[in-house]
Amino acid sequence: MSTLTEIPLTPAALSDAPTALQIKLRKRARFNAFVRYALLTIVGFIMIYPLLWLIGASFKTNGEMFSSAWFWPRNPTVQGYVDGWQTSTPYTFATFFLNSMQIAIPKVIGTAISSTLVAYGFARFDFPGKKILFAILIATLLLPDVVTRIPQYLLFRELGWLDTYLPLFVPQWFAWEAFFVFMLVQFLRAIPREMEEAARVDGANTLQTLIFIVVPMLMPALVSVCLFQFMWTMNDFLGPLIYISTVEKYPISLALKLSIDATEAFNWNQILAMTVLALTPSLVVFFLAQKSFIEGISTGGTKG
Amino acid sequence: MGGDSKYLGLWYVAPYGIGLILFTAFPFITSLYLSFTDYDLLSSPEWVGLKNYEKLFTRDRTFEKSLKVTLTYVFLTVPLKLTFALFIAVVLNYRLRGINLFRTAYYVPSILGGSIAIAVLWRYIFAEVGLVNMIITGLGGEPINWFGEPGNALFTITLLRCWQFGSAMVIFLAALQSVDRSLYEAAAIDGATPWRIFRHITLPLITPVIFFNLIMQTVQAFQEFNGPYIITQGGPLKSTYLLPLYIYDEAFKSFDMGYASAIAWVLFTIIMVLTLVAFWSSKKWVYYAGDKRN
Repeated sequence: MSTLTEIPLTPAALSDAPTALQIKLRKRARFNAFVRYALLTIVGFIMIYPLLWLIGASFKTNGEMFSSAWFWPRNPTVQGYVDGWQTSTPYTFATFFLNSMQIAIPKVIGTAISSTLVAYGFARFDFPGKKILFAILIATLLLPDVVTRIPQYLLFRELGWLDTYLPLFVPQWFAWEAFFVFMLVQFLRAIPREMEEAARVDGANTLQTLIFIVVPMLMPALVSVCLFQFMWTMNDFLGPLIYISTVEKYPISLALKLSIDATEAFNWNQILAMTVLALTPSLVVFFLAQKSFIEGISTGGTKG
Repeated sequence: MGGDSKYLGLWYVAPYGIGLILFTAFPFITSLYLSFTDYDLLSSPEWVGLKNYEKLFTRDRTFEKSLKVTLTYVFLTVPLKLTFALFIAVVLNYRLRGINLFRTAYYVPSILGGSIAIAVLWRYIFAEVGLVNMIITGLGGEPINWFGEPGNALFTITLLRCWQFGSAMVIFLAALQSVDRSLYEAAAIDGATPWRIFRHITLPLITPVIFFNLIMQTVQAFQEFNGPYIITQGGPLKSTYLLPLYIYDEAFKSFDMGYASAIAWVLFTIIMVLTLVAFWSSKKWVYYAGDKRN
């Protein structure tokens, strides 16, 4: 709507001197921008403030915690982190970080590889039953996990996989999360096929074409897939809650819940410090990959 | 790709096919079967016909309460979240400098919001002496008992999910940016007010993404677990005891797999019926550009 000032079609706009209408429109545009900035800043501040407060409060003493709503600590202390790192279990946070990685790494890699293969199959080949299978894939996007969870548990119990990480990542090796396949198929459809056809003419088979031609072009989308899957894995709570029963094997999400239940209720800075620690991997990954992440979103957005 | 066997593509999608059978189709059918059985993991499932469903709909007060709470939660959260996401997307859809910074700031909560850590944070923000009450008393108000009052407790979870409006907003924003600007200019020349332009041009053109967000957010909201489990533990007086919590308790605390499956199927049926209604009604209100035109 900012283009209101650039309207070339009205007869008035054809003369050199700004008309009353143009001045009015320009004023309106400036006022408009001001209102938008003000609104966005206020809303943005409210959105981010809980996180600011969390980080600030984790450096506060318990005494200061309840005296002010302002996030900045007056007498910063790292005692919360010292206590929080120890957790209220026999293990430190390091154990739980490593456990989370033992789930996240195979899950992310498995998702990326299997989703790429399947998306390539759907986007570049014709085969019997393709339409039906793709329709099923779209339908499973809407299938709530709640309806498959119990039999899945029984299946993994039968396999003797309870209290291991296998139930938490093996399904993902089979492109189980349709969302990622769908995302990659959409992306592949927008990539022209000339390079692939040239590679085929030069004698490359389909797998070589996939690895050397398609995957490099698919990289931005694959980065998004890995990012989303990593975040979702770190956020996953119900999965570990159902499958992991030994504290030593707990990922961060479960360990945090356990520690909080066991920590004295008034030890706020310890709990908040543990919360910050639990969020750190996701925050670090998000800000490191933010550029490709936002680019991924915006290229997806500006298309079509 | 010309000379290849017509079955070649099947090899590439084979992992999905295997996964679909093992981890989706088989569990899907099994859970329907289990919902007609008594199964406590110790002995094999025993067929009981409609008993589980009969108990659910006639004698189970907890289910009745939980169902009501779930519907209230979904019908409160989804419209609030989507309205807010659309509003912010409209404000952002303007050639402003620093737009990416705002977009990132709004997106961070939706990345982190599903985590246990944020649920824990929420518990402390809305605690009796927590951040929100500190701000309220600072402004001269009376502190609010967020977790003691049934109505308030559910609202804290709604607020948490609305705080995560970022992903819905990004989708709205992408749709808004793809609207042809010449339409706005033409309308502006005709003297249309910004509100009328929004109501009669923008809104109809983005109905496909409204529809998409509506369905995705509704399916998600019906499965809310982390929020009530961590923030309110289903209380007070079961006022935040959403159906996924009830299913979890029945399945993994009482090990009543049959009964839990029956609840899961009721929840699934509700989600499916609402989705079908949405799809059916979409013909009346969703506008598809290029659809049977030209």
